Amino acid sequence: MQVKTSKASKTTTAANSLESDNSESKTILTIRDLNAYFGDFHAVKNVNMDVDANEVVALIGPSGCGKSTYIRTLNRLHEEIDGATVSGEVVLNGENIYAGHADPVSIRTKVGMVFQKPNPFPSMTIFDNVVAGLKLAGIRKRSVLEETVERCLKQAALWDEVKDKLKEPGMSLSGGQQQRLCIARTLAVNPPVVLMDEPTSALDPISTSKIEELITELKTQVTVIIVTHNMQQASRISDRTAFFYLGELIEYDETKQIFMDPKEDRTERYISGRFG
Amino acid sequence: MVAATPLTVTTAVKQEFGFRVSDFRRFRSTAMLATIWGFSLAAIIPLLFVFYFVTSKGVGGLNWDFFTALPAPVGQEGGGMANAIWGSLMIVGMAACIGVPVGVLTGVFLSEFGEGKFAATLRFTVDLMTSVPSIILGLFIYTILVVPMNGFSAYAGAVALAVIMFPIVAKTTEEVLKLIPDHIREAGLALGIPRWKVIISIVLKGSVGPVATGVILAVARVMGETAPLLFTAFGNSFWSESPSQPTATLPVAIYQYAISPFKQWHEQAWAGALVLVMIVFFANLITRVIMRGSGVKRSR
Ligand SMILES: Nc1ncnc2c1ncn2[C@@H]1O[C@H](COP(=O)(O)OP(=O)(O)O)[C@@H](O)[C@H]1O
Ligand SMILES: [Mg+2]
Repeated sequence: MQVKTSKASKTTTAANSLESDNSESKTILTIRDLNAYFGDFHAVKNVNMDVDANEVVALIGPSGCGKSTYIRTLNRLHEEIDGATVSGEVVLNGENIYAGHADPVSIRTKVGMVFQKPNPFPSMTIFDNVVAGLKLAGIRKRSVLEETVERCLKQAALWDEVKDKLKEPGMSLSGGQQQRLCIARTLAVNPPVVLMDEPTSALDPISTSKIEELITELKTQVTVIIVTHNMQQASRISDRTAFFYLGELIEYDETKQIFMDPKEDRTERYISGRFG
Repeated sequence: MVAATPLTVTTAVKQEFGFRVSDFRRFRSTAMLATIWGFSLAAIIPLLFVFYFVTSKGVGGLNWDFFTALPAPVGQEGGGMANAIWGSLMIVGMAACIGVPVGVLTGVFLSEFGEGKFAATLRFTVDLMTSVPSIILGLFIYTILVVPMNGFSAYAGAVALAVIMFPIVAKTTEEVLKLIPDHIREAGLALGIPRWKVIISIVLKGSVGPVATGVILAVARVMGETAPLLFTAFGNSFWSESPSQPTATLPVAIYQYAISPFKQWHEQAWAGALVLVMIVFFANLITRVIMRGSGVKRSR
């Protein structure tokens, strides 16, 4: 177990040193010895990972291997579940989000999250959904809110479809539109990192490809960590891919490398559809 | 509900089993629908009768005096129930000021933090309180408020009604908030909104309509409560000088007039009943209109 993990982190280090030649890439997240538990159940085991700014990282692996649990440790949402605990370090821009003095609430404004099921806030308009984070943080200035709504809906590729009905309930949109609304809502608080947990698994193919496109465009501004069950999706949109199995990070490397020539036998078997 | 069979399925069934099966199904579907309609009507009929009787018997006693004048002495014509109408509105208003906030907060606590032992005990208590007969709650308030304060008062009446309202409001609030799925709360937390703000501005605000409906139901319920008021606000043939004095209320006045031997008073009691029904009806209507006007959808 330990051997595999250290191997995975070696791969990571190798990938990093390769990229550090490129002056533009900069590590935004450093995850060290991360463990997550539900009570006694050890769901995420000793994960080490580095994520560069402005890259898209895909997390793949069979159901129940701990992908959701893992990304929910990155914005400290995991601990909101009764009995759930975390150990280890997650360093975001030089600051350990699990340090004793760190405030989980302010960390979540820096690490946004989009969920599997589109979840606009009930009985809020489209407009209010987008700026919910800002409004509840006390920002009331109409011009700021309006500017944010337009910018974020454009980033989420939803502006043209809803610009004439911003006063309608968020729930009145289609599933795919609701999910893009949720992306806009997440972007509105300007997080440098956005987590996405199977954001397209409940959507039709057209909505899915719209969201894939917008993720690729978002890369210029944010870092995206996305869980996906869809191998094609991972290979289309991600720069690096991490393969999880039974709570462990088995392999983490350039997406091309993972899909063309994985180092681990288990990765190869999963990608070729022989288990999971 | 009994849904209409999709055309394709019906056709397939016809082909496979002949016409009998589909005829039987159509008959069964019609019979079920008729039963549902029948029972719904049966549920509405008593309500319509109540409306009819109260209106036909009460409307004769209604006039300007009824709303502005004090009760007339026995044997004298005219007089009204102004003191009882005002007393009821004041006591129920005060009761709502206590019962609604406490009830909503209890409901929020049970729905959002309702895991531990304390919450389980509280939930049990609330359930129990909804089923305690109101006359017993009246006696309880009599013992703890009326006796120490040396007299009946509107305050004691308001506390008694608040005690009846609170578990109803708490229960509906809890049920309604639990309908908001957890991933909505998580979406709020994930935006960096503190949990208490998520609860107030997203969970509770998203359920304003249903919570308000629960509040109206509770108000309507206590508006007609008689027994607990007999032990607390008691009643008064005149204006009470302050809420710390015995105070007339509609249900108690109706009760006193109805059991009296005087025909005139019976008429007054029917008029009082009509006013009571109207107050509850309009409270319902106005709240619904306000809800719709504010654009709050009851869907979730
Ligand atoms: N709330 C929970 N309580 C207890 N165990 C959980 C909970 N959520 C998930 N688990 C368990 O943790 C493991 C990882 O789950 P999850 O992170 O959801 O997997 P994935 O997202 O990769 O499908 C699974 O074995 C699952 O049963
Ligand atoms: Mg998952």
